[in-house]
Amino acid sequence: MKSKKLALPYILWMLVFVLVPLGMVVAFAIRDDGGRFTFEFISKAWGYRDVFLHSLWVALLSTTICLLLAYPLSYIISRAKARTQRTVIMLVMVPMWMNFLLRIYAWVVLLSKNGPLDSILGLFGVHVPLIGNTGAVVLGMVYEFLPFMILPLYTVMGKIDKSLIEAAQDLGSNGLKVFSKVVLPLSVPGIVSGVTMVFVPTASTFLVSQYLGGTDDIMIGDVIEKVFQTDRHTGSALSLCLMVIILLFIIVMNRFGDEEAVGV
Amino acid sequence: MKDSTIISLKDINVSFDGEVIINNISLDIMDEEFITFLGPSGCGKTTTLRIIGGFLEPDSGDLFYEGNRINGTPPHKRNINTVFQKYALFPHLNVFDNVAFGLKLKKLPKAEIKKKVKYMLSVVDLKGYDKRSVSQLSGGQQQRVAIARALVCDPDVLLLDEPLGALDLKLRKDMQIELKRIQKMTKKTFVYVTHDQEEALTMSDRVVVMNNGVIEQIGTPTDIYNEPSNAFVADFIGEANILNATMIEDYKVNILGTEFKCTDAGFGKNTPVDVVIRPEDILVVPVENGIISGKVVNTVFKGVHYEMEVKCKNCTLLIHSTVSQSVGETIGMYVTPDNIHIMRKLFPTPYNEFEAVVSYSDEEENTTTIIIEGKEVEIKDRYFEKDAKLNIILPPTGIYIAGDGVGQIDDVYIESVIWKGEYNEIIVESDERKWLMHSAQDEQVATYAPICFDFKDAVITLKDDAEGENEV
Repeated sequence: MKSKKLALPYILWMLVFVLVPLGMVVAFAIRDDGGRFTFEFISKAWGYRDVFLHSLWVALLSTTICLLLAYPLSYIISRAKARTQRTVIMLVMVPMWMNFLLRIYAWVVLLSKNGPLDSILGLFGVHVPLIGNTGAVVLGMVYEFLPFMILPLYTVMGKIDKSLIEAAQDLGSNGLKVFSKVVLPLSVPGIVSGVTMVFVPTASTFLVSQYLGGTDDIMIGDVIEKVFQTDRHTGSALSLCLMVIILLFIIVMNRFGDEEAVGV
Repeated sequence: MKDSTIISLKDINVSFDGEVIINNISLDIMDEEFITFLGPSGCGKTTTLRIIGGFLEPDSGDLFYEGNRINGTPPHKRNINTVFQKYALFPHLNVFDNVAFGLKLKKLPKAEIKKKVKYMLSVVDLKGYDKRSVSQLSGGQQQRVAIARALVCDPDVLLLDEPLGALDLKLRKDMQIELKRIQKMTKKTFVYVTHDQEEALTMSDRVVVMNNGVIEQIGTPTDIYNEPSNAFVADFIGEANILNATMIEDYKVNILGTEFKCTDAGFGKNTPVDVVIRPEDILVVPVENGIISGKVVNTVFKGVHYEMEVKCKNCTLLIHSTVSQSVGETIGMYVTPDNIHIMRKLFPTPYNEFEAVVSYSDEEENTTTIIIEGKEVEIKDRYFEKDAKLNIILPPTGIYIAGDGVGQIDDVYIESVIWKGEYNEIIVESDERKWLMHSAQDEQVATYAPICFDFKDAVITLKDDAEGENEV
């Protein structure tokens, strides 16, 4: 069939740039330089379990905050006039046009000691370290990934037919019931993709914690980057573990989404 | 249908963005009746329904439910349920849970909910469909789930917003009978909205004909069909010959230059009126027995009858007859007096009369420019001094629908288009007034178009000059 022929370049691309490197990561993780099978590197990766846990904790915290911020905002945007919707979505996207690192640098400047925020707080006699702690890392993550939560939520909520909300009111629902019985269940697909799109990169990203976090805030992404420079095997083992964790997370999320959509 | 009023609308007004949607509507809806709002799209019928449902607050006016004013009461506190235009079934719930939605909110015991839902599903002929997903249902089935979902809450009033619009013809006919059956069985008040006149006549106890935000007529289907209050209603309901005529005196009317006897009185002497004669009421007789005669120009077989177009003077009449006549034949026509229905004209005068001020004039070119609703309009071959106040009488032929972008007044609302046998009589509404025009072309009611003026046949006089010496 013609359509299959057209798909060939993409299949080739996937093979060369996705599957082969993936295979290489697995191979590096479970074989030593002599090519023998070994658990040595996986067990070395186990030594970093605290970093894994901390990364997942930061990711969970950031995702939760993103969801709490984005959900009401998306709902309000989806109910606004078409022109307002376009403008606000534009504003949400604008920061993404700037380089990732640049945006983190901006936060470094904003939060640094004797920086603008510190000085303002100083006027009120408040002196707290704004940078170099988990809070700053979470703040950076939320700032970076909030649009990835807003966009899928907004898309799903915009598709909820207004007459469904009217029907719910008509059948006796007050505002709260309309939300819990209609808006929330119908926006589950948006929550699932939003949470996935925020959780996965926050768990694996690097640099943010290096710039905004303290010495204890090192995340698994940073560890992988450092370790890889000296030891490809352990680096691969760490990557493999991270991938498995993320895969499990995605499976759980999708299962949850399916159940929500059918049941309730 | 009981004699007690259940819902009452008093002087309701609604506008959106400065445009009047509902213009001072008052209406009483009786308990247990099947009442239908009928009109072209944009006439305000759905808006009226939304006001009753509580989804829209009127700008002014009162809404009463069993005598209590319920303006501002939210939809969930009104004992009224709605069947929405596109059903609005909850996609995340199955048939049972959709129907049970309202009952669960009322916190009824589970067993009772189950009993009621099962019963209602049997009423709408959907027994055994409980566990189906609503997306698997056909349009007609979804429709019935929507009705069951609304009816199961035991409302006093059920609002239905063009619920059959998305169904094909066959299914629509079945559902019409079905709805009427359900209404009779459940003894609820049904308020139904449609633009389909046949649907309205089939199902309703009473029909409310609406156009451009006002109620044109309220009555039983028979009344509306046989005694339309004006040409718009006559034209909208069924097929009709609507003709210009003059009421000579009581019980005598001049149609197409011929005097007819009729049963209407009280219009005054020599008054211009509209008459409506249904195509089945024109009897084909031998020429010598007819009141008037005409030549058959077209015959179409329609199954039950033949539809004929008969040219009579300049006018084309539509006749339904079980006997075919061949094209080209001259036939006589007879109408019994009680089948001639006389109506007041929709437009108060047979011409447009208005005042305007000259903003600019050119004696050499012999032109005058006046201001109509803020727009400069040039009158050719007439000269009046600047700032003169003019009284203008413009015949209906002096206005025509222009192409996009070249109109002298943009976006007038086409309120009614009525075929008068030889031309369309069109009433359009601009910001400040209504205009009467004649056109050979058909226009779409409830749309907007630009218009142009042609003052060739206009009678223009200086306003303070009663003698009219400037008349041409």
